[in-house]
This record gives sequence, structure tokens and C-alpha cells, in this order.
Amino acid sequence: MTVTEEYRAVFEGKVLEELQSILSRYPTKQAALLPALWVVQRERGWISDRNMAEVAEALGITPAYVKGVVTFYTMYHQHPVGRNFVQVCTTSPCNICGAEGVVKAFLEQTGAKDAGATSPDGKWTIIEVECLGACGFATPVLINDDFLENVTPEKVPEIVKKYR
Amino acid sequence: MGFPHKPHPKETVVLSQHFGDADARTVKGWTKRGGYEALAQALKMTPLEVIEVVKESGLRGRGGAGFPTGLKWSFMPKEKKKPHYLCVNADESEPGTFKDREIMRWTPHALLEGTAIAAHAIQAEVAYIYIRGEFTEPWTIMEKALAEANAAGVFGKIKIVLHRGAGAYICGEETALMNSIEGKRGNPRIKPPFPAAAGLFGMPTTINNVETLAAVPHILKRGAAWYKGLCLSSPKSMGTKLFSVCGHVQRPGNYEVTMGFPLKDLLYDMCGGVPAGRTLKACIPGGSSVPILNREETERTLLDYEGCVAAGSMLGSGGVIVFDDSTDMVYQIMRLARFYAHESCAQCTQCREGTAWTTKIMERILAGQGKMQDLDLLLDLSENMTGKTICVLSDSCAAPVVSGIKKFKNEFEDYIAGRRKPVMVA
Repeated sequence: MTVTEEYRAVFEGKVLEELQSILSRYPTKQAALLPALWVVQRERGWISDRNMAEVAEALGITPAYVKGVVTFYTMYHQHPVGRNFVQVCTTSPCNICGAEGVVKAFLEQTGAKDAGATSPDGKWTIIEVECLGACGFATPVLINDDFLENVTPEKVPEIVKKYR
Repeated sequence: MGFPHKPHPKETVVLSQHFGDADARTVKGWTKRGGYEALAQALKMTPLEVIEVVKESGLRGRGGAGFPTGLKWSFMPKEKKKPHYLCVNADESEPGTFKDREIMRWTPHALLEGTAIAAHAIQAEVAYIYIRGEFTEPWTIMEKALAEANAAGVFGKIKIVLHRGAGAYICGEETALMNSIEGKRGNPRIKPPFPAAAGLFGMPTTINNVETLAAVPHILKRGAAWYKGLCLSSPKSMGTKLFSVCGHVQRPGNYEVTMGFPLKDLLYDMCGGVPAGRTLKACIPGGSSVPILNREETERTLLDYEGCVAAGSMLGSGGVIVFDDSTDMVYQIMRLARFYAHESCAQCTQCREGTAWTTKIMERILAGQGKMQDLDLLLDLSENMTGKTICVLSDSCAAPVVSGIKKFKNEFEDYIAGRRKPVMVA
């Protein structure tokens, strides 16, 4: 691991207080792991190995264990992603309602070359995800924390304009 | 009520009565609508009395397995020697299902009230509501509702905690969910021990689905006999159930009907049928994990636990996926297999390898490179994936494959014989 800058701890000040409040909700320290990782991702945009080591130390578990958990759950980013992280549901019920066209429209409109890749301006990462749990509102799209329903390829240019 | 649609006259609106009404989301609005009366009533009863009422009502789990709720609660130790926990499964991730999402979005207090009643019944001091990570809007609404209810002091000594998932279908499996709350990978556990003996943090635990708990306040208020009377067909299935309808229908959404309601009426009357000029080809009545029904089977299915089994499928979570005659069944079954391959926790060989190979073989067929033996190979694989693993994810992948090959074999053969143009690249 090449360390190019000094590590800035996530859990300091108000964020440390938040972690303490999270810890108070569970009988074990380890149970705070998923919420603690969410806090890291909110603060840093993604979860680096150094962040994992910090979480491990705070919760009294090993960095390897934390990494095992981070890699299990698809919503934790192990790499930086675009400022707008777009998740398009393409599981069967959405697929038959045209979800693949929605993915294509997002890729074209944002300049992200491929699903999973980030656009050259660093603003967009588009990914295909499995079931977002809103099948009656096909196609659902999650942009950062905004849950959009009934997205069609025709609506995509307007959406992209709004978030650009 | 099929929000955003108006209630259909054939619906029996209980759980969905306040869908679409933002005022019901507030503690004030909820109380005005008779909310939290059932909880106050329950807190005056002994835990055993509450369990008896729920047992008597015939309520069964709405998450998929249909286990009698009161009986499940009665498995908890009567004499409390250790902490007891309640887990609420709000990890709704079954393709085709989006009912718990609407319950949390519109009636968060219904879930909180049901949760508190259940916690009282099983003598749990803490209840964890596990909400899937993608449900950002329901999370925000639940968080606000919980803060308001806490401020109003309605829960007595019961503490309710929201816990956010992070993207893993398997965490909807009860023991995987417990591992996830404990800060572990969401791997299902071997049973026994069952959760009532050793569940969350190794303590006696009960886990219930959102829709199950949302029904509990109504049962306490209106009585077990009333709930039991909501029954159109099988005497083993009672109450109302939310059905999430999606896919090729004119009016997708959630519809609440009495158990035993004909699937045909749900699809044609309430949802307006398939798009104009199309005909119904197939339907999955209980979320993607249950066998696919063809048109004839769909039209004679009665929507309750027994009725779906009689038609050759299962009620599951009530996620109804509709396919019209424009659907490429082979491609859609591949999509479902891919879903399970993606979501397998990879603990059991049969599941890890089986879901991945099922997907690969299906992709090969769709790329025009399948062989006739592949169909037997898929069936053989599915056989080895059924009933042989720690949880039922593997079985769930096999269900659409086996029923798909049985009912739509000609479509598979068309790809293999080259009568149909490949839609994938090998």
C-alpha cells in the first residue's frame, strides 16, 4: 500500500459522537459495523482499506474481518465512484418493462462508457443492479439517495440535466 | 389499495386503508385514525393473552413461508431468563414484491405499533427493524415516525431500533438477517438451533415480516373472529393480503384482497389485464422464487397458501409478475437465474456452483450454442439444488428453471435448434 498523504480519521468530533450513539443501540460492539461503514461512506464517498482499519480498531475486530464484511455487501464502495451514483434495476420484472433501454440512455447521456465505469468528468457512475424492490414502478432508479420511479429512456435526458 | 390508484370495489382494504394519505404518517394523524389504541390495549394484557388472540385469528407469516404467527411467538421461552429480541424483516428484496415498501412509506406507525405489540407478546425489550439499504425513502419516513412515537412515549419500556442493510438479498433469510445485525457477512445459519432458542446475539429471538406485524393491531382491535372470517376459500388461510402486481399489466401496484381471491380477477379486473392487443402468457404468483404458472393455471388459481399450491406454485410473498405473449421466457428465466447467482452467499457448493452454472448454460442457449442435452442438464442441476442447502436460495433458483422448462420447453428448443435468432453473444 502506497501512502501518499497523511490519514485523516473519520471518527472525530461529531462523527465520533455519532458512532458512540450507534454503539449504544447494540449489546456488542461488532453489531455497529454496518452502521459504522455507512457513516464512513457518507463522509468519504467510499471505503478505503485505511478506513476499514480505522473501523476495525474502533470496534475491536480485525481489518481483515471488516474487509470480509465490506466485500459481502454490494452497496459499500471499495473504490471512488462518480459524484452521481446511478443504480438502475434490470431484474426480470423491470427488464420486461424496458429497463435495458434506461441503462443505455443513462450511459449515452452521461458519457459513462460502460456500466460500472465512471464518466471522464468524474460526475457519473452508472450501474445495473438486481431488484430495487419497486417492481410496480418500473423502472426504478436510485441516484445517490434519491429513489426515482417509472423512469423511461425518454425521461433520462431531463434527469441527467437536473443532476449534472 | 393499489396506490397510486383508487381502491377497487373488490378490494378488502385493511392494511392499505391509508396508503397515499401523508397525514397518516405523523403520530398525530395516526392517533386520530385510531392508531396506537391496539398497543395500549395489548400493554394491558399479559403476553400470553396477546399470543392467544393472534393464534386464534389464524394470521400466518406474510414474508413467504406462511408459518402461523401466534404459534411462532409461543415458541419463545415463557419464563424469561435471558434477553429476548424481536427482529422485523423489512429487507424486502424478492423480485416482484414491493408491499412492505408501501406499508413503511405510508403507514410507518402501523409497523411500529405491530412491532411494539409483538415485542410485548414475546417479552422482548429491544426490536430491530432491518430495512434494506436501497429503501432510502422508507428509511427516512420510518426514522421520522420512530422519533415522533418515541417523543409521544407510546412504546412503554420497549425500545425499537432501525438497522440499515447494505445490499444483499440473502439478508431477507431470517438467520442471515440476524448475522447481518450482528455485524457479520449475511450467511444463513444451520438450523437447529432455531431463533426462538438461540437467535440474535445467541438469545431467544422471533422474526416477523413487515406485513405480518402491520396486521396485528387490526386483529387486536377488531378481534380474532373478525380476522378469521376474512376467508374466501381455504379454511387454513385467512385475513387480507397485499399483492404487488408488476410486469405486463395496465395498472401495476399493490392490491389488498381477502385470502382466496381469484388471481384471474386480480389481473383482469383490478390491474386492467395485459396491454391492449396482447394475451397473458405466464404469471409468477408469489415472487420470483416460486414456480411459474402458464395461462390456464393462472386463470384457475385462488390466492391463498393452499390455492397456489393446488395450482402448482406457492403464495410466497405475494409478488405477482405478469408476462404477456411478447415475452421471451428463456431470456427472463435466465435473468432470474442470474439474480440468484448474483445473490448467492456462496456458503453451500450446490448453490454457489448451481446458480452460476444454471446462468451460464441458459446464456449459452440464448447465444444459440445450446444442445438438447442442456435441458436435462439444467433439470439435473436443479434437482441437486433443491432441499440440499442451508437455506432455500438455491431452491428458489431451481423453481423458475424447472417450471419454465416444463411449461415452455418449445421456446428453449427453438433456440437450441436454431429456429430462433440468438439474443446473446457467447
